[in-house]
Amino acid sequence: MQLTQRAKPVDRSPMTWLESIYLWNIAKGMAITLRHMFMKKATIQYPEQQRSFSKVFRGLHVLNRDEAGRENCTACGLCAVACPAEAITMEAAERQSGEEHLYREEKYAAKYEINMLRCIFCGLCEEACPKDAIYLSQTFAPANYARKGFIYSKEELLIPNPVTEREAYQKALGDRKPQHSTTHTN
Amino acid sequence: MSSDTKNTIPTVKVTIDNITIEVPAGTTILNAARQIGGDVTPPAMCYYSKLEGSGGKCRTCLVEVAAGSAADPRPMPKLVASCRTGVMDGMVVKNITSDKVKDARAGVVEFLLLNHPLDCPVCDQAGECHLQDLGYEHGKEGTRYEFERRTFEKEDIGPYIQLHMTRCILCYRCTYVADQLTDQRVHGVLDRGDHAEISTHISKAIDNNFSGNMIDVCPVGALTDKTFRFKNRVWFTKPVLAHRDCPDCCGKVTLWQRGDEVLRVTARKDEWGEVCSYDGKPGWICNTCRFDKKAASDWVIEGPVNVNRHSVISQGHYSALQTPKETLPEVMGGRAPKLMMDIHDVSEVNKIELSQLPGAATGSDFNSPAPKEA
Repeated sequence: MQLTQRAKPVDRSPMTWLESIYLWNIAKGMAITLRHMFMKKATIQYPEQQRSFSKVFRGLHVLNRDEAGRENCTACGLCAVACPAEAITMEAAERQSGEEHLYREEKYAAKYEINMLRCIFCGLCEEACPKDAIYLSQTFAPANYARKGFIYSKEELLIPNPVTEREAYQKALGDRKPQHSTTHTN
Repeated sequence: MSSDTKNTIPTVKVTIDNITIEVPAGTTILNAARQIGGDVTPPAMCYYSKLEGSGGKCRTCLVEVAAGSAADPRPMPKLVASCRTGVMDGMVVKNITSDKVKDARAGVVEFLLLNHPLDCPVCDQAGECHLQDLGYEHGKEGTRYEFERRTFEKEDIGPYIQLHMTRCILCYRCTYVADQLTDQRVHGVLDRGDHAEISTHISKAIDNNFSGNMIDVCPVGALTDKTFRFKNRVWFTKPVLAHRDCPDCCGKVTLWQRGDEVLRVTARKDEWGEVCSYDGKPGWICNTCRFDKKAASDWVIEGPVNVNRHSVISQGHYSALQTPKETLPEVMGGRAPKLMMDIHDVSEVNKIELSQLPGAATGSDFNSPAPKEA
């Protein structure tokens, strides 16, 4: 039974003289090879060159800070409850007087952990976040020899401080524009 | 059918959203609707059946009365507060079948949220907050309010209860608790109008043994448990029914656990969010049970709480308290499976016993070297 129109019957006719000396077919094959040498390469020189990611690429998580360098996260737990892989855990603490420059609200995440072995990079945490505190950046989770290296703590996830480490912050930001922490109405 | 065979209270017939029910005369529309149950019941933020005199303040329970009674079938000219309006024989009430009611309720929600800070991500009540539910079910999506929200100076009302005056909707339930449960009234509403605020008189700490029940009656996050403050989100905790022999109260509580840790103790709530009654008496619990018994060994655990599946708290899927039997060592000839990584060795979370802290954890609690088991 013919399933598609593209099926071709196998040609079992005996070879002609030109085919039987093979030279002609070898030349045909080499011409294809030669043509590919001048075509655009499919590969890149990886560490020096890097591919640009799509704007919506979902890579490694970043915990965000506001313009004053205060952590946005209030440990509301919405990312953890949205996470289908249950990769996020956190523990909250209360901001003490004198810590106002560190945390934006009276409650903050003292511990924040993402298990990158569990994470499926779906981005639901970013969507659930009411404080623009977590987003998925355009970098991979780097390879590691040990599994324990994939348990990312808050220190590893936090974006560099925009006040004290300006260049590192801009680099971490990539082509993502800093969202100003104005109250957004829904 | 008249009930003169049993008691002298005559019954009246009332129709709520086309459902007719017979209730004793003197019942309010809200309570009649609660006997029907389901969507027909108007929401109530300030009315609390166990607190005498409550109700009539929040206006969320507004209903339309299409016919006043069989004797006088004229409709009532305005929407009425169902918690304060008694039923009449032949009364026809429209709740969810009335567009007027839906519209009015959305307006009421908008008003209640005018000064509300909407700090749900920080608030410990989130997930079991009546105002949150009300806003989602009956409210409008956005706010039209453009002015500064009302703020108050922070006030410390004792070691057990946290007061967030900005979240308060002035339902007066807590003042009724103070009035009716405690002997001396130390807690009331000061000032009037927009300046009205719940406060203890002269910042006097509430040390009555039943003052903790204000936390349970508060429909919003204005009064929360300081011993539970920021310990965990309510939907990550496991609610279980438990009891103990308490000399002061009924001792029947809900424990909110994480693992075996007891993070919070509350009274048991019924489907209307009110404290359950036992033998006709409301099951208020004392402060000893609520704030001091934070070990699983203090309690006799009965079983998981049946959480409404529409509640975010049900996301934990706690249906039984038995941990499933570990079968792997059995089939492997007694040898435990080899783990490539035990998450508890690597993770820095769950290293301190939050339930043992008297209040919210601070940065120093986490930074002090916790006893790490090898």
